[in-house]
Amino acid sequence: MLKDNRVRIIIGHYGSGKTEFAVNYAMNLSKENQAVALADMDVVNPYFRSREKQSLLEEQGIKVISSYIKGSGSDLPSVSADVLGPLQNKTYNLILDVGGDSAGARTLARFKAYWVLGDYDMFCVINANRPETSTVEGILNHIASIENVTDAKVTGLINNTHLLRHTTVEDVLRGQELCEKVSEELQIPIKYISVIEKLVKELPDDLAGEVMPIKMIMREDWM
Amino acid sequence: MAKVLMKGNEAIGAAGIKAGCKYFFGYPITPQNELPEFMSKELPKVDGVFVQAESEVAAINMIYGGAGTGERVMTSSSSPGIALKQEGISYIAGAELPCVIVNISRGGPGLGGIQPSQADYFQSTRGGGNGDYRLPVYAPASIQEAVDLVIEAFDVADYYRNPVMVIGDGMIGQMMEPVEFNEPEKKRELPVKDWATTGTEGKRKPNIINSLALDPAELEKHNIKLQAKYDEMEEKEVRYEAYKLEEAEVVLVAYGMTSRIVKNAMDILEKEGIKTGLIRPITLWPFPNKAFNEIPDTAKALLSVEMSMGQMIDDVKIANNGKLPVEFYGRAGGMIPTPEEIVNKVKEILGGGK
Repeated sequence: MLKDNRVRIIIGHYGSGKTEFAVNYAMNLSKENQAVALADMDVVNPYFRSREKQSLLEEQGIKVISSYIKGSGSDLPSVSADVLGPLQNKTYNLILDVGGDSAGARTLARFKAYWVLGDYDMFCVINANRPETSTVEGILNHIASIENVTDAKVTGLINNTHLLRHTTVEDVLRGQELCEKVSEELQIPIKYISVIEKLVKELPDDLAGEVMPIKMIMREDWM
Repeated sequence: MAKVLMKGNEAIGAAGIKAGCKYFFGYPITPQNELPEFMSKELPKVDGVFVQAESEVAAINMIYGGAGTGERVMTSSSSPGIALKQEGISYIAGAELPCVIVNISRGGPGLGGIQPSQADYFQSTRGGGNGDYRLPVYAPASIQEAVDLVIEAFDVADYYRNPVMVIGDGMIGQMMEPVEFNEPEKKRELPVKDWATTGTEGKRKPNIINSLALDPAELEKHNIKLQAKYDEMEEKEVRYEAYKLEEAEVVLVAYGMTSRIVKNAMDILEKEGIKTGLIRPITLWPFPNKAFNEIPDTAKALLSVEMSMGQMIDDVKIANNGKLPVEFYGRAGGMIPTPEEIVNKVKEILGGGK
């Protein structure tokens, strides 16, 4: 995690689990690093955005940036200019949580001057149980459409194949196989396999990518 | 078919297409936008048509026209948008046309907010449109149930020639859950649509679809005919879940997402030795009055839990018919009750509250 580049852009099809991954990643990173900022760039989804967990993240010392308009009840497509702070201040580790497909990823294009090779990573979160990203072709199209609007390149894949609490090891391994094919096709490594905590021990230990146990932070217990 | 992970709004759209919906007319409003977006992408693939109308009023009248052709049609909106559709819904009920209307509801009144709410209970079950009309209202509590009910709603609409509503709070539209699309069970023999305006080809008299009847005797006859349908719906279409009613001291009544929170509260109470049960209406209209006959003698009170200031509680009181005290707990405006709040309310009712 510390080896990843300073700016981490998290993209993926909506429902892939980007926000859950981004929030877990930020919380893990903040344990090892003082200056962590998470920018909620989601201008597409009205619910389940990382800004809903602002106070939890701030308790961990993470700076949360979303919209100037406070509160979770706004669906105005605005991103705060505060994002520029940690983009320019190189002492910061910045995680950009980008909501909703290529339409949502357009928010990134405004910052394209900052996509300097070696200073950023763009991780594509993949859930093979989402119909649109259940095939190699679907994932390649998805990545191409996002690279096209953002002018940034995907540098790593995240296998986040899940069915929420019903996820099985088979789900994760099927997703891993799919990610391996995409990895080979695009010559991009699988960086992380994010799985719910209870499955971590059951996974084989020779899988490509680092296993990252996921706590379901965005989802209330009763859901 | 294997399970896939879908957002509620998408899954409802996919269920509509699975049920044979060919035409969708809608207008954007949060938190249901993914539904028309999904239909705009998917309907052309099945030879269907998506139209973004210029307003909700236009959309519901396009539904009126589309339904008149006998094809399966669907629209969706959220609370204030559904308010705008009320006139059209009354016309469609009066003209006896089948359609499915989805309300992914948000906080009100007025424009309100975009967070989940159940404050459209009156709007759905009493109707904002004029005249003696009724529509079956399905309230799913999971994405899978939403899928199954949307598919069935099209059959119910065709069977009775009546609009059918599926209502979910914003959470049902926005949350993700695993779903599968199974072949629907055939429960009803659907009548031939010999009333549809498909062109006479010179072989029959024109079919006329209209909700205007200026002769009062004729209009009364029409009302009596409609009422017979509504009576049949009340008899045959009631759906509910009765959960852990045995030995319950308090019986909670909740629908949709709220029922899931209630079930969590019930688990907490059970661990503390307090027995509670749940009646979960799946049809808000016709309301499951008969479920209340299953309430055991151990029950001391009923508790209606809603994401509103208290609307379903009226139907709970009617069904209860004065037998037990009826209490209420609700959150409004997009706030979601927590299991702990419900636990405390139950304890308060039983006299041991904080």
